[in-house]
Amino acid sequence: MASTPTTGRPRGSRRRLDRRGWIFVAPFLVVFALTFLAPIGYAVQLSLFQEQAFFGGTTFVGVDNYVELFADSRFWSGFLRVMVFLAVQVPIMLALALVAALAIDSARLHAAGFFRIVIFLPYAVPAVVATLMWGYMYGTNFGLAADLNDLFGTAIRPLSLNWALASIGNIVTWEFVGYNMIIFYSALRVVSNELYEAAAIDGAGAFRTIVSIKLPALRGAIVIATIFSIIGSFQLFNEPNILRGLIPTVLTTDYTPNMYAFYLSFGGQQYNYAATVAIVMGVITAVIAYVVQLRGARKGM
Amino acid sequence: MHRMPGKSRVLTAVASLYLVYTLLPLVWLLINATKSQAALFATPGLWFGGPFSLFANIGETFTYDNGIFLRWLGNTLLYVVLGAGGATLLATAAGYGLAKYRFSGRRAVFAVILGAIAIPGTALAVPTFLMFSAMGLTNTPWAVIIPSLVSPFGLYLIWVYATDAVPDELVESARIDGAGEIRIFFSVALRLLVPGIVTVALFAVVSTWNNYFLPLVMINDPGWYPLTVGLNQWSGQGRGAGAEPIYHLVITGSLLTIIPLIAAFLLLQRFWQSGLSAGSVKQ
Amino acid sequence: MTRTRRRGTVAAAVATSLALLLAGCSSAEDSGSGGDASPEALDAALEKGGTITYWSWTPSGKEQAAAFEKAYPKVKVEFVNVGTGEEHYTAVQNAIKAGRGGPDVAQIEYRALPQFALQGSLVDLTGYGLEDLKDDYTTSTWESVHVGDGLYGLPQDSGPMAMFYNKEVFTTYGIEVPKTWDEYVAAAQKLHTADPTKYIASDAGDPGFTTSLIWQAGGRPFRTEGERDVTIDLQDEGTKKWTAVWNKLVEGKLVTNITGWTDEWYRALGDGTIATVTAGAWMPGILMESVQAASGKWAVAPIPTYDGKPTTAEHGGSTESVLKQSDNPDLAAAFVRWLNNDQASIDVFLESGGFPATTADLESSKFREFSSPYFGGQKINEVLTTAATQVSSGWEYLPYQLYAETIFYDTAGQSYVNNSDINAGLRTWQDALVQYGNQQGFTVNGG
Repeated sequence: MASTPTTGRPRGSRRRLDRRGWIFVAPFLVVFALTFLAPIGYAVQLSLFQEQAFFGGTTFVGVDNYVELFADSRFWSGFLRVMVFLAVQVPIMLALALVAALAIDSARLHAAGFFRIVIFLPYAVPAVVATLMWGYMYGTNFGLAADLNDLFGTAIRPLSLNWALASIGNIVTWEFVGYNMIIFYSALRVVSNELYEAAAIDGAGAFRTIVSIKLPALRGAIVIATIFSIIGSFQLFNEPNILRGLIPTVLTTDYTPNMYAFYLSFGGQQYNYAATVAIVMGVITAVIAYVVQLRGARKGM
Repeated sequence: MHRMPGKSRVLTAVASLYLVYTLLPLVWLLINATKSQAALFATPGLWFGGPFSLFANIGETFTYDNGIFLRWLGNTLLYVVLGAGGATLLATAAGYGLAKYRFSGRRAVFAVILGAIAIPGTALAVPTFLMFSAMGLTNTPWAVIIPSLVSPFGLYLIWVYATDAVPDELVESARIDGAGEIRIFFSVALRLLVPGIVTVALFAVVSTWNNYFLPLVMINDPGWYPLTVGLNQWSGQGRGAGAEPIYHLVITGSLLTIIPLIAAFLLLQRFWQSGLSAGSVKQ
Repeated sequence: MTRTRRRGTVAAAVATSLALLLAGCSSAEDSGSGGDASPEALDAALEKGGTITYWSWTPSGKEQAAAFEKAYPKVKVEFVNVGTGEEHYTAVQNAIKAGRGGPDVAQIEYRALPQFALQGSLVDLTGYGLEDLKDDYTTSTWESVHVGDGLYGLPQDSGPMAMFYNKEVFTTYGIEVPKTWDEYVAAAQKLHTADPTKYIASDAGDPGFTTSLIWQAGGRPFRTEGERDVTIDLQDEGTKKWTAVWNKLVEGKLVTNITGWTDEWYRALGDGTIATVTAGAWMPGILMESVQAASGKWAVAPIPTYDGKPTTAEHGGSTESVLKQSDNPDLAAAFVRWLNNDQASIDVFLESGGFPATTADLESSKFREFSSPYFGGQKINEVLTTAATQVSSGWEYLPYQLYAETIFYDTAGQSYVNNSDINAGLRTWQDALVQYGNQQGFTVNGG
């Protein structure tokens, strides 16, 4: 980062100069305030009231909604579910992305450019389409799952209660490995070639190079990818909700906290309680994201 | 003098397994786009069957319902150009500002943004919808474009990139030459930020192209749907009493929706590739 | 105060004032002008002309709108398909909440009508003299467009239930067409034993199907008095009659659990995995459109009953209603009258495969004599029109039926996941519905 110039210039004018940074940040912040801060403010307000969907009439209920939420087993089971999802799917997805990025960067892969494009491809597919395709694959009567079961003599039913979460995890992994791989690959591309040459002179093999040069260079990217993946996992909605058309009794309306909030709003018009769910989820997610960022930053970003 | 290790066939073989996994659903999509509606439910899913109907399907996709698919395509392009374009611009400016100006509160800015993104979007949908409705913006393209102008990841990317890619000395010397801050941004910094900008643009394009949930809530008039919401409507058309299923159009439409993005990626890739590898010698 | 702090405060102030502003706006008054409701007003509105918006997912909707514009050139109808079923209702609900942005005329299924009517969002059409059209429609559909004392639409179609079965499968396994539910269960047993890959039916849990079968069994689980008094009893005599039979199928794993309207479901109908579908009279259209593999193999029979005496229920069907927030309710009502009562409109509707609610069309010999190639030449409409006259009366839906059906899968639907006692699932559903109703200001008695 830039160091303060040690000329005779007074600090005041440096500060004034730095404040000009706001010019560049302001447009972003204005739109941000409109599209995030204002609705969040409104959501907080909603969570403090209770409106009756059919008869109107809004009453101030203070923290009653929050108290109710903390005792709501449906919310917490959904929350636990995304925690499990996070703990399993995110590491798998990021590990795959990391390996892919390293492989492509290693110059030891035939047609690396081709791999890079193809692995990125699923990210370009909208969730609606991805779920449609995988939904077909998962069919145990006519889908690919049926054929694989016949082939291997297994009886896995991807859309059954026990497998549903893993099946969703598979779709999400398929969709986002490419995205994370590009993030990692971009970080790798910036590594100066001199470092590699020095390592080669020191006699470092491929593995040593990865551990000592590439991984440290990737640290910042890994941290940010982890944070965004965590946020994405907590907000899991698109894939289970679209898949719900196939298995509505397995993927219940409270399957993830985001789905819970959605159906509370648009299924039951319980906007106040839905806002409460959103705020609580947001706070929890933000706390966890900060913790990850702090721990990652401490290692020198 | 160091020896360059040769390409590994083992690595390639292993990677190819992953390739199969990646391509399988897309192959399914391609194969089934060649089937007629009747054949879709009567032939095995992973191989061709029935009369070859790809071109008929494509034609019908474009002409069904007075060519609404083309309208959806146009809408999506509009949203992408204005939304992703705007997002890239805003994120670049803001990222540059955070990187090159050490004003107090800049870490707080990023923290607030991260914090706000953490709140589940679906539950913000209702307050956002009511807000936009009161402003008369629902059912207009603005309801889709304005929310997509915020790209926190883009902001972060440019912030990190600009820190290294735009040397302070360059900025300082431009200031000494008498250039104003905005002038410096456009004539000095922007050029150096190109690879970062292209990456941000790429992600913004994909995310606005695939934007689904908020348009679904904000827009009632199918004339303003993006492709994703339109496909969803076609998909739902096959359910329940009085249904008129058009699954073959859903599948063909899905295929047509993915193709422009792939093309865009291939295009942008060249710029991005050359920008990033400037300064490092690797294949 | 430093610049940064001041900025933060300004932002907070903006957000707060915006939120407060919206609090005032959120329960906005419906912006509608109350027309002077009378039968003459309809004709006057048609004379005067204007523009109205019509939201519907009926396949023939656009054509009907165009035909109307031809008949009444002074009126412009903007037809919009905002989605099927739930998505459509969400859009309507959002518009109602926002107080603006909704259509003048919206398609509303019979099951959803009480919800929108009791909310006070629909115009009561009694004032326009539409009660006089009673004899044009079947008894059951006429009942379906009434909520409390008000009339909220004219029936567009009907869905009297019948049993559609794969004749080829029945013949292959020597199964007789069941006339009672006990015979149906026996047939299920026989079929599944003979070929474990085949099932008499598929039921993964479907609220529309469940409520219709409870209806047919004589159950009347939902009752609303006045505006707020609701009684829910999902264990009444009729309901229990149905669960006694259906438990044998679900707990006995004689039905498969392929969710309806999915790729797998269409395939299973096509290759005989699912041997019967008990559904409304619109089912032939679905089979003909999407299950072409089984063309010629299906037939229709009256729905099995409990004691052999013919009785059935409605399954699906819609009306069109006028939203209170409409700027031109007279014209909207006139359009509804034409849409579902004028023969020109009904003909367009029938041509696209709809099943009528009008007695004239049901009794027309041309209609009854129609021999369907898909059904092996059977005169399916004879069975279906007879069924239309046998619908048992007195059924009511909840004032929050759409919500009830959304959470059906979470509660009653769980019995289907575990193949367990449906009664337990129904009781869970009931508890959830009672709790929701009371929370929303109804007074709900939970049986």
